[in-house]
Amino acid sequence: MSETPRAVIEGFFTTGPAPALLGSRCAACGVYYFPRVESLCRNPDCESSQFETVELSRTGKVWSFTNACYKPPEPYHAPEPFEPYAIAAVELERERMIVLGQVATGVGVEQLRAGQDMELVLETIPDAADPAGKLTWKWKPVA
Amino acid sequence: MTQEIAIIGAGMHPWGKWGRNFVDYGVAAAREALTDAGIAWRDVQFVSGAATMRCGYPGYVAGATFAQALGWQGAEVNTSYAACASGSQALAAARTKILSGQADVALVIGADTTPKGFLAPAKGERPDDPDWVRFRIGITNPTYFALWARRRMEIFGDTQEDFAAVKVKNADHGFTNPKARYRKRFTMEDVAASPMVADPLRLMDICATSDGGAALIVCSLDYARRIGKANAPRIAAISTVTPTFPSAIIEMPDIATDSAAVMEAHSFRAALPRKAYEEAGIGPEDVSVAEVYDLSTAVELDWIEDLQLCARGEAAGLVRDGATRIGGRIPVNPSGGLACFGEAVPAQAIAQVCELTWQLRGQSGDRQVEGAKVGITANQGLFGHGSSVIVKA
Repeated sequence: MSETPRAVIEGFFTTGPAPALLGSRCAACGVYYFPRVESLCRNPDCESSQFETVELSRTGKVWSFTNACYKPPEPYHAPEPFEPYAIAAVELERERMIVLGQVATGVGVEQLRAGQDMELVLETIPDAADPAGKLTWKWKPVA
Repeated sequence: MTQEIAIIGAGMHPWGKWGRNFVDYGVAAAREALTDAGIAWRDVQFVSGAATMRCGYPGYVAGATFAQALGWQGAEVNTSYAACASGSQALAAARTKILSGQADVALVIGADTTPKGFLAPAKGERPDDPDWVRFRIGITNPTYFALWARRRMEIFGDTQEDFAAVKVKNADHGFTNPKARYRKRFTMEDVAASPMVADPLRLMDICATSDGGAALIVCSLDYARRIGKANAPRIAAISTVTPTFPSAIIEMPDIATDSAAVMEAHSFRAALPRKAYEEAGIGPEDVSVAEVYDLSTAVELDWIEDLQLCARGEAAGLVRDGATRIGGRIPVNPSGGLACFGEAVPAQAIAQVCELTWQLRGQSGDRQVEGAKVGITANQGLFGHGSSVIVKA
């Protein structure tokens, strides 16, 4: 039995020392998708159904940020008392897309600003069935 | 050739947390709209309902549910679902029926009974559903409202006081509105003292969910003339366009935007009124009053700019100058908006048109916008739904 927690959603990211979100890139027009798209490209001028699975940029800049001061409803799981967490919308330069994620534990909104450099990290969030929690991606300010 | 239809009746059940069956609210709104129009229920040839996903099967087939509750009389029925724009799509279905000559007069109707607290996704482990995915990682509706709000602060220098001023203004507007759920004036201090929900938005910056029902009686211009209502307000445009790929702004329920790697991004919110203006053949300078979807105080400012009532980034200044108050240059949400109503999804877009109808008839009492000639609505919901409706006197 592995001690490594399981992913909160399978197939959304890689693990290891340099984790990355897994997206798709259209083989014809080159646009990116997260979560992955593997049926038909959503560019209205493209009819491609060929995609490669790609690791998205691990770093980006804060587009905006907020936090959750109240416990969200299920399927989110959180122990009582609820600990607020920050959330960032991070713009990836190469992909020109904005990706949401929680911010690394211990970093609050007062430490965030638009344009700030962030990198992707993995942390666990609580899970109803699994006491070890589940692994998810989070954004962390680049030191 | 005219593409307009007339609004001859408007009715609403007051918004609240009444806990009754949604059908009751719809029936009350429909009866009020019929009385307002001065026509009999049997005269209605088409019932266009806005669906609710929260009240079981009767909600999915809302058009038929309301038609049965009012007494089956052989009208044709339709039910539309388009999240927060459901009411506008139901209105669009009625307009199409009327303009194609298949019906003279239609009832457009929506009502909802809502649960307490955060709106939540359908149950089960459903990673293919983007709505489930975002809740799984702890992203609720207020997250998106707050991201848009913080973006304004970072880019335009808006402040939390600017957002609070929207709440104070809307509370003043809705104070005497008999259909509003919250009829209480608030100060800037009240807003600042309410608990933080999603920084920078406090509880009083974010709209509640409510029970409510709204209905309109719409008809051909010819029918309006025949019953002596030639001067009734008219629907001049209904825009329900989808976003254009790639969409620039992070929208519910997505966890990422489209990629603008190979083509320029588009703003969905700005596209909705643009199409409406085009359809009506008028511009923002012609608008005398606007009803916008203030899911949060800050998003009202986004809408003011998307409606082109001022330049991008200048909406907070408009609020500071009192321009969006009744009596100002361009009053916004004279009804009190979602701030005073709370959201009753399938009824809300219809309620916006009810308010404009009363404003354009000069029947709004204490909240009357003097000389209102043209009104515009704007709203937006999940999964690329939204609408903008233009009503002319």
